[in-house]
Amino acid sequence: FFHSHSQALGDTIKITFYGSDIDEETVECEEGTTVLEAAHDNDVELEGACEGTLACSTCHVIVPKEHFDALPDMEEEEEDMLDLACGLEDTSRLGCQIVLNKTHDGMRLKIPGGDDARYKIDSPVSAPAP
Amino acid sequence: RLFVTLTNVRLSKTFSTTRKVPRVCVVGSGPGGFYTAQRLTKIIEDVHVDIIDRLPVPYGLVRFGVAPDHPEVKNVIHHFDKLCTENHRVRFLGNVDVGIDVSVEELRARYSAVVFAYGADDDKHFGIKGEDAKGILSARSFVGWYNGSPAHRDLNPNLQGTDTVVIFGQGNVAIDCARILLSDVDALSKTDVCSHAIKVLTKSKVRKVVVVGRRGPMQAAFTIKELREMTKLTNTTTHVSESDIQTAKEGLELLEKSDRPRKRITELMIKSSIPPRESQDTSADGPREFHIVFHRSPVEFLQQDGHVTGAKVAHMKLEGDLKSARAVPTGASDIIKGQLILRSIGYKSLPIASAPFDHAQGIVPNIHGSVDSGVDPSLARLYCSGWVKTGPVGVILSTMNAAFETANVIHKDWMDGKLETATESTSSSMTSLDSLLTDRKVEVISFMDWKRIEAEEISMGQALGKPCEKITDIHEMMKAAGK
Ligand SMILES: Cc1cc2nc3c(=O)[nH]c(=O)nc-3n(C[C@H](O)[C@H](O)[C@H](O)COP(=O)(O)OP(=O)(O)OC[C@H]3O[C@@H](n4cnc5c(N)ncnc54)[C@H](O)[C@@H]3O)c2cc1C
Ligand code: FES
Repeated sequence: FFHSHSQALGDTIKITFYGSDIDEETVECEEGTTVLEAAHDNDVELEGACEGTLACSTCHVIVPKEHFDALPDMEEEEEDMLDLACGLEDTSRLGCQIVLNKTHDGMRLKIPGGDDARYKIDSPVSAPAP
Repeated sequence: RLFVTLTNVRLSKTFSTTRKVPRVCVVGSGPGGFYTAQRLTKIIEDVHVDIIDRLPVPYGLVRFGVAPDHPEVKNVIHHFDKLCTENHRVRFLGNVDVGIDVSVEELRARYSAVVFAYGADDDKHFGIKGEDAKGILSARSFVGWYNGSPAHRDLNPNLQGTDTVVIFGQGNVAIDCARILLSDVDALSKTDVCSHAIKVLTKSKVRKVVVVGRRGPMQAAFTIKELREMTKLTNTTTHVSESDIQTAKEGLELLEKSDRPRKRITELMIKSSIPPRESQDTSADGPREFHIVFHRSPVEFLQQDGHVTGAKVAHMKLEGDLKSARAVPTGASDIIKGQLILRSIGYKSLPIASAPFDHAQGIVPNIHGSVDSGVDPSLARLYCSGWVKTGPVGVILSTMNAAFETANVIHKDWMDGKLETATESTSSSMTSLDSLLTDRKVEVISFMDWKRIEAEEISMGQALGKPCEKITDIHEMMKAAGK
């Protein structure tokens, strides 16, 4: 998976995080970093519990349609993890799998929060009974 | 809404210098405890958090539940560690059993807030005839055994004496157990699974695991990643009966667009399973089988000379709509044979002496994580998080979200001046728990002590070609910590 600080040689771009649980925040990051890394480097609250290994879905973000359509297709593993995310939308992706490039300059990413059923844990699929 | 936006969080930072410092005690060092602590340090400047665990080792079910062949899931430990190493206001106090070494009242007298995050240390039973026969184990103890829980290290399940293991319950824990039983042992031995388990698994004669559920394929509780792994296991085939596949096909038609997760898992089940067949090759290294059996509920465990031989299962049909469907018996029944049976129908929380507990629901009674104190002032400043708050369901993600909610509520109560205590803000309150524990001769394990235990586990693991070899005996843990 992507631990791409070493590949980050490109230009600086700006992306914005927003959501009901966080203040809107515009951050600068380099092309080649992932959305999760961009968030971490700038203290934006996007958890990333499994450190980008597709095992947690705590890095779930909602991408604007035009950017979503332009992203490379999801791997099966990403879709599987996304199925567990709360507040799933048509343009949901896992932040650790999105590698930023200059076409993403100005992109606004929503971090789903409490108003997006983030605390609903009663559905059988999002909350597997052990 | 009990939400605290970052705007008031920032405000609180500005004002907090004029206020006293809250001291929070978190009981339990699993994800529920650690994520509460993490959030508290983000939203309340200067907060002190002591995370207490009854074991000398932290992380709860991340260490003792999460499967050894899923090391990625355990990366979350790095986040927890960072909290203890980078923030000197967060402490880990291991080997302190709340309810035994120190009471809840004593904690409440010493901290601004006490958060119960002590998880679920028991399991649900069927309460049917024959359930105490030898060979019927809880999935919780089986998981604890291969993961090195001190309570279950000596379980020693008899995997040599049976061809078939039957697991009742169809959540991810059931799938974890099935996968461990059917996986290639050489691959497993390179994970942090305990060596005592590898020894037993190497001699295992198990070639068939049957996972049985009350409801149908459209209600199965396991998730797609776990099912996909089963379908990809080497030398193992996945079996679902023709009629259940038919039910799944019909169910698919009824799903709405928003049911995407259910749709994908159902399609995977249809695509990757085959109907059961009479095996040709039943030799020990012949092909292995994973069976998912729906619409069956045990009514009695059968035994011979005190040892389980199988279960009589009632056939069930569903009533109600897809999601909330209830299983009711049809009147028919049959027998599923197996010399080893795992009960995987849910974990269960236990009460801590004198602390509030709702026995019917099996949780600490709470409103958004704040103990429902009603008019009883002795219940004020008590909170809960993790499985003891939500019930034993969900994954680290849902546990994290519920922990954040609890931390937000604590923050709000702090801002509203509800956390003032008599002893507060005297710096001695910090040490008063420590001196109480010293008086009682409780050997507290600090985070640095734990790191010594961990170093020992890593070095023992290196010798065996695995990431670590867990120490499973409490005395050995204490020794490794230098106590
Ligand atoms: C077998 C299994 C596999 C799982 N696999 C995954 C997975 O792959 N991915 C995933 O996201 N989630 C997984 N989960 C779910 C995840 O483990 C839970 O969501 C999470 O651990 C719940 O956290 P908790 O803090 O409430 O409880 P726990 O993790 O159980 O922590 C409770 C802690 O409290 C301590 N404690 C108990 N009593 C006392 C006391 N009296 N005094 C002091 N301390 C006490 C315990 O020692 C323990 O350390 C799995 C769960 C199980 C059971
Ligand atoms: S960080 Fe875990 S899936 Fe992205």
